[in-house]
Amino acid sequence: MENLEKIPAVKMRDISKSFGTVLANDKVWLDIYRGEILALLGENGSGKTTLMNMLSGIYFPDEGQIFIDDKEVVIASPRDAFAHGIGMIHQHFKLVDVLTAAENIVLGLKEPGRLNIDKVAQKVRQICDAYGFDVDPYQKVYNMSVSQKQTVEIVKVLYRGADILILDEPTAVLTPQETDKLFAVLRNMRDAGKAIVIITHKMHEVMSLSDRVAILRHGQFVGDMPTKATTAQEMTNMMVGRPVSLNINRPDPVDPKPRIVVEGLTVRDIEGSVKLEDVNFTIRSGEILGVAGISGSGQKELLEAIAGLQVVEKGSIRYVDDQGHQEELVGKDPLEIAAKGVALSFVPEDRLGMGLVGSMDLTDNMMLRSFRKGHSLFANRKAPRELAERVVKELEVNTPGVSTPVRRLSGGNVQKVLVGREIASAPSVLLTAYAVRGLDINSSYTIYDLITKQKLAGVAVVYVGEDLDVLLELCDRILVLCGGKVSGIVEGRGASKPQVGMMMTHLGGKTNA
Amino acid sequence: MFDFISFFPRAVMQSIPLLYGATGETLTEKSGNLNLGIPGIMYVGAICGVIGAFFYEQAVPAEQMNAILAVLIPMLCCLAGSALMGLLYCFLTVTLRANQNVTGLAMTTFGVGFGNFFGGSLIKISGADVPSIALSATSGFFAKKLPLAETTGWFGKLFLSYGFLAYLAIVIALGASYFLKRTRLGLQLRAVGENPATADAAGIDIGRYKYVATTVGSMIAGLGGLYYVMDYANGVWSNNAFGDRGWLAIALVIFTIWRPNVGILSSILFGGLYILYLFIPTGTFMAMKELYKMLPYLVTIVVLVITSMRNKREDQPPESLGKPYFREER
Repeated sequence: MENLEKIPAVKMRDISKSFGTVLANDKVWLDIYRGEILALLGENGSGKTTLMNMLSGIYFPDEGQIFIDDKEVVIASPRDAFAHGIGMIHQHFKLVDVLTAAENIVLGLKEPGRLNIDKVAQKVRQICDAYGFDVDPYQKVYNMSVSQKQTVEIVKVLYRGADILILDEPTAVLTPQETDKLFAVLRNMRDAGKAIVIITHKMHEVMSLSDRVAILRHGQFVGDMPTKATTAQEMTNMMVGRPVSLNINRPDPVDPKPRIVVEGLTVRDIEGSVKLEDVNFTIRSGEILGVAGISGSGQKELLEAIAGLQVVEKGSIRYVDDQGHQEELVGKDPLEIAAKGVALSFVPEDRLGMGLVGSMDLTDNMMLRSFRKGHSLFANRKAPRELAERVVKELEVNTPGVSTPVRRLSGGNVQKVLVGREIASAPSVLLTAYAVRGLDINSSYTIYDLITKQKLAGVAVVYVGEDLDVLLELCDRILVLCGGKVSGIVEGRGASKPQVGMMMTHLGGKTNA
Repeated sequence: MFDFISFFPRAVMQSIPLLYGATGETLTEKSGNLNLGIPGIMYVGAICGVIGAFFYEQAVPAEQMNAILAVLIPMLCCLAGSALMGLLYCFLTVTLRANQNVTGLAMTTFGVGFGNFFGGSLIKISGADVPSIALSATSGFFAKKLPLAETTGWFGKLFLSYGFLAYLAIVIALGASYFLKRTRLGLQLRAVGENPATADAAGIDIGRYKYVATTVGSMIAGLGGLYYVMDYANGVWSNNAFGDRGWLAIALVIFTIWRPNVGILSSILFGGLYILYLFIPTGTFMAMKELYKMLPYLVTIVVLVITSMRNKREDQPPESLGKPYFREER
């Protein structure tokens, strides 16, 4: 048994791959063993996904060798990867929306005989029973939640008989409960002798789930070690290449004065259901106001209402300038509000959806904010280019240049561009939502740092976040939303995680018992 | 009194080229290729059939013509010509990843010019004094009605009075529907048009599916052109006579929300609307007729509005329609 364990299921040797002038992988070595969960770590754009894509046949390596069970193989297409038992669950799901789960699962398979969806469905149910999944084979994918889609992806891979599974940031879009369920399944599969690779940025997941970690930095393999023998600090240092402080610096608020006063705000969505109800709070300058809440509790509507993108049913939002003059924002159009210095940086689930245009380059995306300031017929491209260059330099955006289309950048870099641009517009109110979604730990801290700097400059910052630990460490005050209502506002210093968690699920933080 | 018995067969005959075009274009679009070259391809299909028939008629006296050869030669010429057009489109858009709209429009312009050029040449060769060629012998074989058509009264008139290509169109449309809905290849073809990256990750050869679907689709559309000349127009080719039927076929694809079986009835509806002006008495007020000619297009616009309002996912065009696919594109 010990001897068997020693032979890696997959051996990657000297793998290199470049995209244009960007070297994504540089002579990477990696071993993957059966009966083990390997966490692949690295900053955004360090080449983790590229490396795994070469294993699953999406990309073809420029150099290097891949061995499976000690036999050298060539993986030229996804079909080859299946033949070797490799299955990958991509970060952006590879599912056809208008097809059912079963149709998606059987897609591309060369099974003998005519297509019999009922038979497929039966086999899908068997797999579900074996591992404890819950999938309706006849449900259309577009009707599914994110976690259901992910389950379909996993079942698809298992249906093909894969025993080497690769999961690319599987928890990025899952709720904590769904994550726990997924991890239980992964542990099941590991115990069944499958080799599992998981790419993630969340350190506590690495610590709780994985058996071994392998770390990439700037496309190079830095090292691997058993998870038990390392710490989050050590892994982070290896990823970044220098010691990184994992503490968020929280200076005291500077001269807080009311900047935006929200009173009795009520918002309905298109279907007429109430998204925000009688919301009252004040955003103060020189202070970070955190917004906590289960996703979909009205965070998006709140920010959009302030930015003028959302129709307000009732209530007022008043902007208070330095002299104390108040002005009503409700009913003004987004341009007028933006002119007052209210900047919105909202990072939606698909990152590009709001704020950036994927096929335009960095400079042009910077121009989206500034082109209206020009007075001549021709756009001024010089200033935006300088801004783009500054953002690239200051936020360490990994890009071949400022004239690269944004969609070619990796997710984290896209986000840096967006947040960098919003901050650069020198706002008086900065609204950010999920600014670090999908970002690696180092970039996240860069963003926290930037936000804190804005606060010190006297900007009123609203930070909508998902990670409670961060909210508690970063924010001066935390507004907790529960089902569209304000559950309470707590001081960031001194509030506890269970307290805020309770307020997120129960109005006012009290159980109904 | 509205004469349905004589209206309906005319509507059907009018509908068959549209049905061929729409079925072919649906197959093509299901692979993610928006082939706007269909009007040109139907033109090329027609003229290739005409060329084949012309030389066969020239070589053999009418009374010695072999029925099978007389049908087979134009058909094979038509299929070969339209297949070449389909391959050309694929080479440009799939292999070279050219813009699909521009390529399609260019091919329509090319196809129409190609048809008119060779049509004009044939008219010269035949030495006719009217600007058209009549291939009545060949047309006789194509337009042969079913045996019982004359003896079964209105039933025969409504359902049995068409040439074999009309019935073939319906069979192909039904077959295409079954193929798309029920077969493994059809499922995979739909996946290619919806989300090529997903299909690719599932091990489907995107290029091959696009090539085959587009080429087969073009061949089907080409038959529509052949039917028009050989059956509908009684073997008479004159330049530009085919008109805008190719565009109507593309509109029909949207009208049928990408379902070839729906296309059978809706093409008859379109065909009917196309000729309705001939059957509605307008007296001396001729301008009215011109207004009636707008009907098929008006209906298309109305349908477009309705389908986009309903917004059901299954009724939407294939998601990656018109987009090139390159695996390593990030």
